[in-house]
Order: sequence, then C-alpha cells, then structure tokens
Amino acid sequence: MKEYYQDKLFVPGHRFCPGCAAPIAVKAILKATGANVILVSPTGCLEVCTSPYPYSAWGVPWVHSLFENAPAIAVGVEAALKVRGRRDVHVVVIGGDGSTYDIGLGALSGMFERGHNILYICYNNEAYMNTGVQRSGATPYLASTMTTRPGLMEPGNMRPKKNLPAIALAHGIPYVATASVAFPQDITRKVERALNIVGPKYIEIHTPCPIGWGFDTALSIEVARKGVLSGLIPLYEAGPDIPLKVRPIRKPEPVTAYLKLQGRFKHLFLRPDGEQWIAEIQAIADDNIRRLGLASQPPTQEADGIATDLSGA
Amino acid sequence: MSFHSKNMAVMEGSMAIARAVRDARPGVIPVYPITPQTHIVEFLAEMVANGELDAQYIRVESEFSAASVLFGAAAAGVRAYTASASQGLALMTEVIFSLAGSRLPVVLTGCNRQLSSPISLQPDHQDTVLLRDSGIIELYVESAQEAYDTHLQAFKIAEHPAVRLPVLVCVDGYVLTHVFEPVSTLYQEQVNAFLPPYQPQEYLTPENPLIYGAYTDDQTALEMHYLTYQATLRAKSVIECVAREYESLFGQYHGGLIDTYRLDDAEVALVAMGSMVSTLREAVDRLRRQGRRVGLVKVRSYRPFPTEALRDALAKVPAVAVLEKSLSRGFQGVLSADVKAALYHAARRPLVLGLMAGYGGREMTLGTVDEVVARAYQAVGQGCVEEDCVFLNLRKEILPEGIAQ
Repeated sequence: MKEYYQDKLFVPGHRFCPGCAAPIAVKAILKATGANVILVSPTGCLEVCTSPYPYSAWGVPWVHSLFENAPAIAVGVEAALKVRGRRDVHVVVIGGDGSTYDIGLGALSGMFERGHNILYICYNNEAYMNTGVQRSGATPYLASTMTTRPGLMEPGNMRPKKNLPAIALAHGIPYVATASVAFPQDITRKVERALNIVGPKYIEIHTPCPIGWGFDTALSIEVARKGVLSGLIPLYEAGPDIPLKVRPIRKPEPVTAYLKLQGRFKHLFLRPDGEQWIAEIQAIADDNIRRLGLASQPPTQEADGIATDLSGA
Repeated sequence: MSFHSKNMAVMEGSMAIARAVRDARPGVIPVYPITPQTHIVEFLAEMVANGELDAQYIRVESEFSAASVLFGAAAAGVRAYTASASQGLALMTEVIFSLAGSRLPVVLTGCNRQLSSPISLQPDHQDTVLLRDSGIIELYVESAQEAYDTHLQAFKIAEHPAVRLPVLVCVDGYVLTHVFEPVSTLYQEQVNAFLPPYQPQEYLTPENPLIYGAYTDDQTALEMHYLTYQATLRAKSVIECVAREYESLFGQYHGGLIDTYRLDDAEVALVAMGSMVSTLREAVDRLRRQGRRVGLVKVRSYRPFPTEALRDALAKVPAVAVLEKSLSRGFQGVLSADVKAALYHAARRPLVLGLMAGYGGREMTLGTVDEVVARAYQAVGQGCVEEDCVFLNLRKEILPEGIAQ
C-alpha cells in the first residue's frame, strides 16, 4: 500500500466510503498519467470526496466547475495549453456515469466530434450515487435504485443501459476502451495507450459501489470480477484503426454468480417470476459473449496473462 | 488629447466589438451562434482565418459549453472571450455563477435580446439582467464607440487583481450590433500599453498543482460568497479608475459607474441604460428648449450597482423617471426597484416612477419621452406615484377585452 501512494499524486485522507472502488480507478489512472497532467472532474462523488475545502487529495492540478460541463472545461484547458505552448501536459477528465451518460453527454459529444486531444474517463458505478442512488442511463436492466424501486408493476429498472462506448466509437474517435477495477494493471495499460494517441479518447471503468449496489465493503473487487466473468461487463479496446481486442473469458460464469452478491438484484431472487427476469439478464450476457467473441477469442500473448488472472478468480 | 481621429471609420457595431476583441488579443474564443450576436463571431472567425488574430477559435456545441470553455481557459491562465444573447445567456447562467464564484476574469458580450416565451428577436434587457445576481460585472453601452472602448476596459477591469471577475458588456441587439456608426479605433501599440498581456496570479499547471472548484460546507461557503461579494464592490472604484485612465490616454470617456447629462437644476431626472440613453440625450435637449428642466442619468455599470453615485446625483431632484427594459414578474421593473433601493437611505428621497419603455422591442419615440416627463410632473404635483410599473405604448386594442385598465 505504501508504494501505492509514494508518487503523492493522489493521497490518503480523502472521504470516499469504505470499499468504494473509485479511488482504485483513480490510482490506476494516475499511474499512467504521472504528474504531467491537468485533471478535470464534473460534480459527483469523486469531486466531493477529494476536495473538501480546505483539504485536497490531489497532488496534480485539478479543476471542477459543474455537473454537466467537464468536457467543455477540458476543451478550455486544452486550448489554453496550446496558447501557452505546453504540448507536454495531458488533459484528462474523470467523471461519473451520471454526468457522462446523461447530463453532460452533449458537451462530451462536442468534445469527441471536434477532435480535441483529451482523454475522457468515466468511472461507471451505474447510478447517481452522490445524490443517494438514483437511476442513470448507465443503470443495468432490472436493477433496483431509489427511482426504480421493484414493485408489483415493475421489477426494477425497465430499460437496458445505454451503450456509451459504442456511441463514442460512432464519433470516429481514435481510441475507446472498457476496463474494470478488478484489473487495475489493465486500466493503467489502457490509459497509457490512450495517452500515446493524439485526439479524443474514451475509457470506461466499471466501478462497484458498496452502498448503491448493496454488498459488503470487502467484496468490491470480487463483485467487479464477477461482472467481467459473467459477460455483462465486456472488456475491450477498439478504434477506427485499432482492431477490436477483447479480454477473453475462458469459462463464462452464469450471471446469477454476479447478481447474487448485490442487494440491487435481490428482488429478482425473491419474486415468483424472478427466474424469467434473470433469464433476460443472462440473455444480455450471452449476447455480449457472442457478439464480442468473449469466450471464443484465441488468447493473444497479452490477453494470456489476463486469462490466467480470470482462471484464478 | 485624442489619438482617435487617425483611425476613424464608419463600421457596424458588431465590427467595432470584434476589433476591440481582436486588439485585446484573447487566446481562446469559444463561439456558438445566436441572433443578434452572429456578426461579432463571424468577424472574429475571419480575423482568425486571416491571421489577424492568433487565437484558439472553438466552434462549440452550445452556449453552455462556450461559457465552460471560457472557464477552462481562464483557469489554465489564458485570456478568453465569447459573445451571446438572449436564450444563450440564459443557458449560460449556471456557468456564469461558477465563473464568478471561481473568480475567473473573462469577458463576454451580451447582445441584448428578449427572452422566450414568446420568442422574439427584439432587444430588451431581460437576458442580461437575469445574470445580475451571479457576481458578473455588467456594463451597458449606448454607442458603437462606447462598445469598442468598453470592451477594452472590460478586460482590464476583469483581470484587475482586486476584482478578478467575469465582465459582461451589454449592447442592445440590432440598435447597436447592426447599425453603422463612425468609430475611432486604437493602434495595437496603444492598446498594448493600456492592456498588457494577462498575468494570472495562479493557474492550472503541473508545476504548481492547485485545485479549482473545491467542495465547501456551512463552515466555509459563506466566506467564499463574502469574498466574491467584496470583489464586486471593489470593482466600483476599478471601473471608475479604468474609465478615467482610458480617457487620459485616448480622450474617450463615456462615464464611469454612471454618466450624467444636464442634471444640474433638473426637476425631473430620466434614468436609463444602453442605447436608449442616446435617444434620451436628444429628448433632454428638446425638452430643455421647451423650458422643461429635465436631466439624464445613464446607469453604465448595472452590477456593481452605483448606489452612492445615484444617491449623489439624484439627491436634489424632485422626481426620477426610470425607463426600463427588464421586468420582475409579480413585482415591478427591475431597474426602478434597484434605484428605489439605492435611494432609500438618502436624506431626501425623490419620487421614483418605473416605466417599461422599449420592453419587448416596442419603439420608444420622443413623444414617449414627453409622456414620461408629463407623468413625472404630475406625480410631483400630486406628491405621490400611483402605479409602480407603467407599460408605455401598450396596444390595448389587441388585448383581450377587460384586461387593460
């Protein structure tokens, strides 16, 4: 743990909840960026937990303005760096799914479309956690949140999550990747790769939230890992000039192994019609596995290590 | 002493503004089009394309992002500018509060146009007045010349170490943005001497990893708001000083916080902002010729509000008629409410009439001013004001029956 904080880019004493996976993602990101970076964050858990005045957890320059404008703030920073002749400084946004998928999507689309040299990273905990767990466009199908309460009429969130990585790819930006806090080295590698590409980049990191998802604080990494193993959270990287590369799952686990760990899916195991709903979630995972070739991909040299990782899970 | 005559030319108001912005050398210009602001950003696009202006010109996807790009650029230590109007300014509102609270010195042009609904392109001040509580400095101008001069002053005021706030220069849509007037512009060396390159006290850089936008609570937020409020009050003397410095260098003066015209011995003082002031100068001359002792106060700085200056200027006037272009629904005209508040602690309070003049783009003529002055004299005769908010030139014939009194 000690060497984990040695670079002093992100220091202990921040106010994240016990078991929160977001700081794990941040550490893995900063390992790739180093000190030569300006970070931008929209309003959200990351913002309130790292900047309670007069304290700061940041050892890198960091700026927050509002909930829905982080991509545009980053565009201003990027432009200013050009004016100042600082081509050596990375501009990286780290925002939650509420700001990324929903309220800030217009600004994000503009940032992608205009080709700014910015890496946008979404730490995705699949709901509005900072306001107390309300549904976002990234909330998975049938999950219980405070605004998608399971009841007689509806068994939870009735819409599948938005496919934002695909939307990012459709902008023709050079690099899009998904990652998980279960594999921090993979996050660091993907961020490093993104930072070596000029233009807009998008990386999404699956980031479990013990409070919002309802699991023991010791299980954050386990939950993240089960998500990947089920096929519900496919990990891949792609771009117009980068052939799709996935992290293979040798033996996909049934989604129930992932769902069972979490309070937000508990109702599905209690309802008389639960099996039918769980079958629909399994179909989403199966579709991911088939569409992306998660189980059939021949392991590449790089992916081989990942496969070993997964088999040990 | 004036250096202006050598550079005098007839130009559109939007061109005068674009030239002032070019001469101020901002590094970052995010733009999003909205009528009647478009000519300004089109002229700037041409200047950037020609190499006349070396700036990052970013065609953003909304006014919300335009204001946010200003934030990012200023936080990273670079001078930044944009222009907008009406709905665009309303969409920026959240960012304007954030800019002011984060003490970021940027300059915007607000091309005044009324707010929906109903949608209309006609000018009034509802859009810029909407932003009055944010901490942004609002300067209203009456001519293309004043627009040129005030934009250069705006950067200096915004970046002053005692201020460090965004500045909004308010120009009436069409009446100023689209009308051709003779304008004297400065040589670049003159501007450089008046407005040196921006030297931020601190900015985002890896060499000094500070943070912007910290989270505050009940133990710290009040002090942050107090600091911003104090900065808006300190801006009063900075606005005056910058206007006088500009006058001493270039011979142009359009007032500091306020400007007054033929106010000595006045029985009625007209108070207004923006392009209407030029009309009122003529109206005052005309009324004076008719023996009416009428004077004029131009509110040039609406925020910070010139409380003391108005108290001094209006101390001896029996009646004040505020001609205004913004309305607080459920209350009264916004400017007259502010004028009344400013005069409340005066030793002698004049009668204050609030009159919607030019609201919704309704034409205001010299005849309208005659009616205003007649109402003011009538109030003096009666010793009171009967209506808080009078809609001048209201077309009662198109209103539903029984509505208009």
